[in-house]
Formats: sequence, structure tokens, C-alpha cells
Amino acid sequence: MARDVGILAIGAYIPRRRLQRSVVYEANKWFAPGLRGLSKGQKSIANWDEDAITMAVEAVRDCLGDMSRDGVEALSLASTTLPFADRLNAGIAKEALNLGDRVSATDAGGSLRAATSDLMQALATRQTRLCMAADARKARPASEGEMMQGDAGAAVLVGEGDIIAKYLGGHAITQDFVDHYRESGEEFDYSWESRWIRDEGQVPIIADAINGAMADLSLSASDLGHVLIAAPMKVLPKPLLKATGLSADLIAPMLFEETGYVGAAHPLLMLARTLEIAKPGEKIMLATFGQGADVLVFEVTEANAAKKTKIGFSGWLENGEPDENYHRYLFHRGLLGLDKGMRAEHDEKQPGTTLARDRKTVLGLVGGKCSQTGVVQFPKTDISVAQNKRSVGPQEDYPFADRSAKIVTYTADRLTFSLDPPLYYGMLDFEGGGRMIAEFTDIDPSDVEVGRDMRMAFRIKSKDDKRKFTKYFWKAVPDRSPSATGAN
Amino acid sequence: MARGIKDKVAILGMGCAKFGEHWDKDADALMVEAFDEAIVDSGVDVSEIDAAWLGVGFDGQNIGPSGIPASMALRLPNIGVTKVENYCASGTESFRGAVYAVASGAADIALAMGVEKLKDTGYGGLPVRSRGTRWDMVGVTGSAPGNFAQLASAYRTKHGVAPDDLKRAMAHVSVKSHANGAKNPKAHLRKIIDIDAVINAPMIAEPLGLFDCCGVSDGAACAIVTTPEIARSLGKTDVVTVKALQLAASNGWEMQGAGWDGSYVHTTRIAAKKAYQEAGVNDPGSQISLTEVHDCFSITELVTMEDLFISKEGEAWKDILNGDFDADGSTPCQIDGGLKCFGHPIGASGLRMIYENYLQLLGRAGDRQRQDPPSLCLSHNLGGMPFQNVSAVAIVGLSDA
Repeated sequence: MARDVGILAIGAYIPRRRLQRSVVYEANKWFAPGLRGLSKGQKSIANWDEDAITMAVEAVRDCLGDMSRDGVEALSLASTTLPFADRLNAGIAKEALNLGDRVSATDAGGSLRAATSDLMQALATRQTRLCMAADARKARPASEGEMMQGDAGAAVLVGEGDIIAKYLGGHAITQDFVDHYRESGEEFDYSWESRWIRDEGQVPIIADAINGAMADLSLSASDLGHVLIAAPMKVLPKPLLKATGLSADLIAPMLFEETGYVGAAHPLLMLARTLEIAKPGEKIMLATFGQGADVLVFEVTEANAAKKTKIGFSGWLENGEPDENYHRYLFHRGLLGLDKGMRAEHDEKQPGTTLARDRKTVLGLVGGKCSQTGVVQFPKTDISVAQNKRSVGPQEDYPFADRSAKIVTYTADRLTFSLDPPLYYGMLDFEGGGRMIAEFTDIDPSDVEVGRDMRMAFRIKSKDDKRKFTKYFWKAVPDRSPSATGAN
Repeated sequence: MARGIKDKVAILGMGCAKFGEHWDKDADALMVEAFDEAIVDSGVDVSEIDAAWLGVGFDGQNIGPSGIPASMALRLPNIGVTKVENYCASGTESFRGAVYAVASGAADIALAMGVEKLKDTGYGGLPVRSRGTRWDMVGVTGSAPGNFAQLASAYRTKHGVAPDDLKRAMAHVSVKSHANGAKNPKAHLRKIIDIDAVINAPMIAEPLGLFDCCGVSDGAACAIVTTPEIARSLGKTDVVTVKALQLAASNGWEMQGAGWDGSYVHTTRIAAKKAYQEAGVNDPGSQISLTEVHDCFSITELVTMEDLFISKEGEAWKDILNGDFDADGSTPCQIDGGLKCFGHPIGASGLRMIYENYLQLLGRAGDRQRQDPPSLCLSHNLGGMPFQNVSAVAIVGLSDA
């Protein structure tokens, strides 16, 4: 008899800045007064140096915690905003996660339900697979989409073993219902009337899929503990309850006021939230809308209660900073053409050769450990930095990404070019040895000082606008976990 | 330890262009201005120069590669001209080339030229550039003030200095240099400033404000060097000789190793120790008459006074506030106005410092002449960033000192 397959771990990532919708509405009400109904709450927004890849990487780190990464056989990244059309985006995440090369990787996209479709396929293969999802969509200023959409990532490790939720089965419907679309290479969605989308699309299609799943699995509404409906809606339409027989108290929050609809990542983000509170034995139904619908049903196991605390959905949600700088939000998305000045003209060309040679150093933050002295350093060099013994030769890989660090020196630089000035950077000492000069990001100006605890995060280093290439590297972010030492 | 070059090389003549924003001059004109002064001072003919070194920091942004720009601008007699670049220590590096050529006997008379034309970039501060293909992937493209500002964060922490006290000491550095620069006709900035102006100036890179940063200007300076014997044979009576010339380059320990705390410049301490040994200086605080240090930023000057062992570690900020390094203090620092008032045309700065020490030793410094006759004068030229840099220390003095 086959072992149960299901979720081994789940994690989330929500970017720090939370744009206040009231500010967006105030700026645009002269033009689009109709947005008032969507002006409550906040949406999580990616910093300029975050995209679907970086947010997915953070979500995986949250998902895996200190679990071994050796067993991962495959990984996939679902998003409608994959940074590269032809360069394996999941492959970049693989390097950042410092996984071995003998792993398969795929990108999934094309629909807001890409993540659940990918998840269903992963569960069918019984492979140990990291299913990542993240989105950072662009919406035209003063559009409904701008109010509705947020940015975030989530990741699920599926497979056999010590599962926290058993996969009971799923049901998929595909129907080319064009509520919105975006042609390849285009920046913005084009959407049809929301009332039509709700009444003729979301309600009947989701209901059809839910009813199909319940029939397949011989379940009734009363068997379910949590129902998660991932569809870009502010509130769940009552007719959907009527069409499915589900009671309103089963329905998980839509997260409109907390994060906004975070694209392909939304269903997994909702699932991460629910698995934080679900009790063993409870059944979770997850439905996602997008040119049809996916429904997956899970049953929470005892292992879910025993799992270790990590930042998780609630931790990342709490780790937010209200943001009222709508100008900056627009600028970071290329929707406001501020004069970047001559210093921004610095050429960021990335030679293919050097990236290939230093792939682990750059994307994985892997340094070296001298096999003779044990001295660790970043980056690796032919001759060790060890002062007492000059040893030449290959150093063992020594990953720094998950090591905590403390600030040794820092500044806030207003002269050098940054899309988010001033640019904070400085020297870090890693716990266990090794140091580096690093950019800091997601800084609170009142909370940076020598000795402050920092954690490393995979981020965009720069963009080569001439040749259309995104350079990634690691930056230091204040460690805001309760055990960390802050500046004060 | 090598025997060193103390008193083996004499300065025959020096020249320095007026530094400033020379919208109407290119690098050639600046080199010619400095060279004309030096060649007259030296009393030799261009045809007698055996070899030349050219120091430039940002050749790609102005004169282009190789030693040819100096050879062409000065119409040198088809001699060997070597272009050197060693970050902001390029000026002292070119001096080192010429001095070593004479010390070795390979040349009787050699030229060290430093030039930089910065004001063709279109913006303030130094140009942005690549620091190599690997650094472009894993380094930080910070500005010069941003890199040096970090000294302040670490210094404060290590020595328990309150941010306001340190800011005040840093401000005094700039106020003092402006007072000196006001007396120097070749300086770029010649305005006296007060401490409030410094403290209230716009922030550039915390905690460095506008007046904590040196100016950006165009300039050139040069030296013609020979042996003391040749100098005397040419009729020079007061002969200024090189007492010590030391360079130290980071090997990555500060940036990659363990132990450097970010509050000082490791290589300056090494170069200073070696220079004092070469010059026979045991007590720099009393033996060094004047210092021209690399005050690219006020905090750099502050920590340098400790790194040169003139102030005790953790005490420079107090010595500064006490006026020890003012023009009438115990060991004046930047009596010519320093980088602060001259600006920092990279290739020229190291030679501009030696030029001032040369003038002071010969009593030719005009209104700013130190009354207590100097005997040994030190210049310190620093390139790069506190965590990865090149430090150069040159000590010059009267041949009988």
C-alpha cells in the first residue's frame, strides 16, 4: 500500500511595506471616485529589490526552516510575473536555496491558479517537491487592480513522509472565461466588468468545482473544517454559499484588507494561514479561480500540531510597516519617471562567464572554509584569508545565507544611486566567523546601529536596463524576530 | 628590513597648478601649469629628465590610458613614462616611481606628475566605476563618503564617543582646514566657515554632512627629483630629501578576515610604522613638524591622526577639539587647507601634499608659513575604502635634519 502523500511543510513571505489604500484613493479620487469602495485596509507591496523569485525564495526558507534540503527532488515556481521569459526562474531560486544540481525544476504560469494546478500535479507524482508561488503584479494607477492586488510569496513542500496535511484529492475545471487577461510581454491586465465576472464566472465556476470535488471524495459541507476561496474578491458572494451548501463560518478570510490579492501566490498564502490554526483531523478545502477552477482537499494530521514555530504567515503579516508613500510605490514599479540622475547611468552589465564561474558565490552566498585552519570567509579565494597559516587550495563550500550576522560598520548614503535612498550598507560579522560588506534593505532608520542582528535575504542587486537583465545577490535585513538584538 | 632610501633622493623642484573647477582647462593645461613651475624651480632642462611617472585615478574618464598623455602634453623627450593608478594614493605612487628610479641609479633626474580632471563628469563627487567583475556581483556600489562614513559608526561604538561629540570634533577638522585654505592662493575653496555651518549642513552619508567632505576639483602637481649630490652640483643649498616612502595595500584581511573593528585604517598603521623606521623617527608626536593627511572626509583625518601614532587611540577627537592640529597647534595638519579646500583631483593630491611640505621646509609658504621652522614633514595619501585600501606615507625633510 502506498504511503500517504501530502504537505510536509508550508511557509509564507509577505513584504514589509503595506501601502495604505486610503492614500492611493486620496491621490486618485479626483480621477476615479468610484474606487472609494475599495479604499479600506492595506496591501503588501514588494520593495524595488523584490520580485517573484526573491519572494519565493523567502517563502521556501520559511517553509523549510532548518529541515534538510537534501531530499528535495524537484521544485517549481508558479507566478504570472516570472522575471524571465526564457531563463528558468525556478532555477534561479534553486541556486539561491543552494540545492544540489541533481534536481528538476519547472516554471508554472499563465493563470492566477497556476500554483494550485502545479500543486495538484506535484501531489500526483508523489515526488518530494517544493511548490513555490509568488507574484508582484503591476496595475495601472487609479485602476481597481491597483486597489485589489498585493505582492507576496508562499511555498509548500509536498511528498511522502511526515506530512502535516494529507492530500485527499482534487478536482479541476478548465474554461476559457476571460474575466481579465494580459498578453505576453504586456505590463497591465485588461479587465471586464466585475459584476459579470462574479455572477457569470466566479460563482458558477467555483461552485461547480467545489461540488465536483465533494462528489469525487464523497464529502458533504459538514465534513469540512476550513474552506479557502482564492479569487480576487473583496468579500465572498453569498450566492456561492447557496450554490455549494457551505456555511459562512467555514470560509477563511479573503485577506483583502491585510495583503490584497497576491496573484498566483494567494491560494498558498491562504493555506499557510489556515495550517497555522487548523487542528488535527480537520479537512481543508482550497479552491482557486482562474480560467476555470482547482479544488484540493487536505486533512490535517497530528504532525501539524507538533511542527516547530517559525515566522510563518502570521509572523510575516505582523512584520509590516504601514506605508503612505504612494509616489515611491509608483516609482518602484516604473509608473512614475523620477529623474534618477547621472549616477544611475553606471553600467550594470553582467558577463555570462563570471556569473557561471561564481554561481554559488553570487546566487547561493556560499563562501569557503579552509580545510587546514577551519577559517571561514566570503567569498572563496585561492589562498585562504587565514592570518596564521597561508594555505593554498580548494576550500570547502560554506553557506552563509542562513547564518545570522551583526553590524560592524554602517552608513546611510545619500550620494550613491539607489532606488530607495538613502542606501544603507556596511560590514557584517557572521555568527561562527566570516564577514562581508553588504547592502541593507527594508531598514527602519531608527533601528540601525553597530551590533544590530541582521539576517540575509536574496534580493535584486541591480537591473541592467540596456540589456534587460536582473542581477541578484544577498542583502542584510534587520532580524526582527523576538530573540534578535535590535539597535535600541 | 630593507635599508631604505633615507636621504638618497632630493627634490629638485616642484610645481602645483591652482586647483579648482577649471571649466576652461583640460588635463594637459593643468599638467603644463604644474610642470612649468617645477622645471623653473629645478633649474634643469626638459631634455635632462630621464624617466617619468604619471599618476591618474580615473584615466578612463579623462586622459585615457598609458603614460602617453603626459609625454605628449609636456613634449617629453621620448623617455619612459609609466602611468600608475593606485586608487586615491596614485599621486604618492607616481612620486614613489620617480624616487625609486633615482635611488636605484637608473635615472639621474626623474619626474613625478599627478593630474586629474574630474569636472568633466557632469556631477558632484567621484565618478561611479566598476571595481572588477567579481565586486560588481557581490560588492556594494557605495559612494566615497558612504564608505568612509562607516569609520564613524565603528569609532563611536568602540570608544564610547557620543554621536554629537564626534560630529563636533569632525566639524572642527573642517573649520580648521577652511581657515588654513583661506590663506592659500592655490586652494579651490577659500572661505572661512564656522562650526554651526558644518554641523547644520545637508547630510551626504551619515554622519558626514556636506562640509565633512572634501571638495571635488581639477588639478595637477609634480616633482622633479634627483640625487642630493646632483642637487648640490646644480647650486641648491637647502636640499629637501626624502626620508621615508612607504606604501601598504590591504590583502583582504579587513574585509574577509576577523578582528578588524572598522574604527581605523589598518594599512596606515603599517605604512606609518615602516616610514618612521625608515626615517629614524621614534616619537612622531614631537619629531614630525607638519602633517598633510588624506582628509577626504573629516572622519578620515580624525582616525588618521591615531593611525599615524600622533594621537593616542580613542583620543584624536579630543586632541582635535583641543586645537593640537590647528595651524598654531603642536602638530599642524593641513596647513595648506588639505583636500578639504584643494579638493581631491585624485592623481594630483599626494604630490600636492608633498609640495606644501617642500615649501614649508624651504620657508616659501607665504602667509601660511609655519613660524617654528619645520624639519620633518609627513604626508599621508589613502586610496580605496577603510576595509580595502592603499595607504602611502611620505616623510620629507631638510637633508641635514
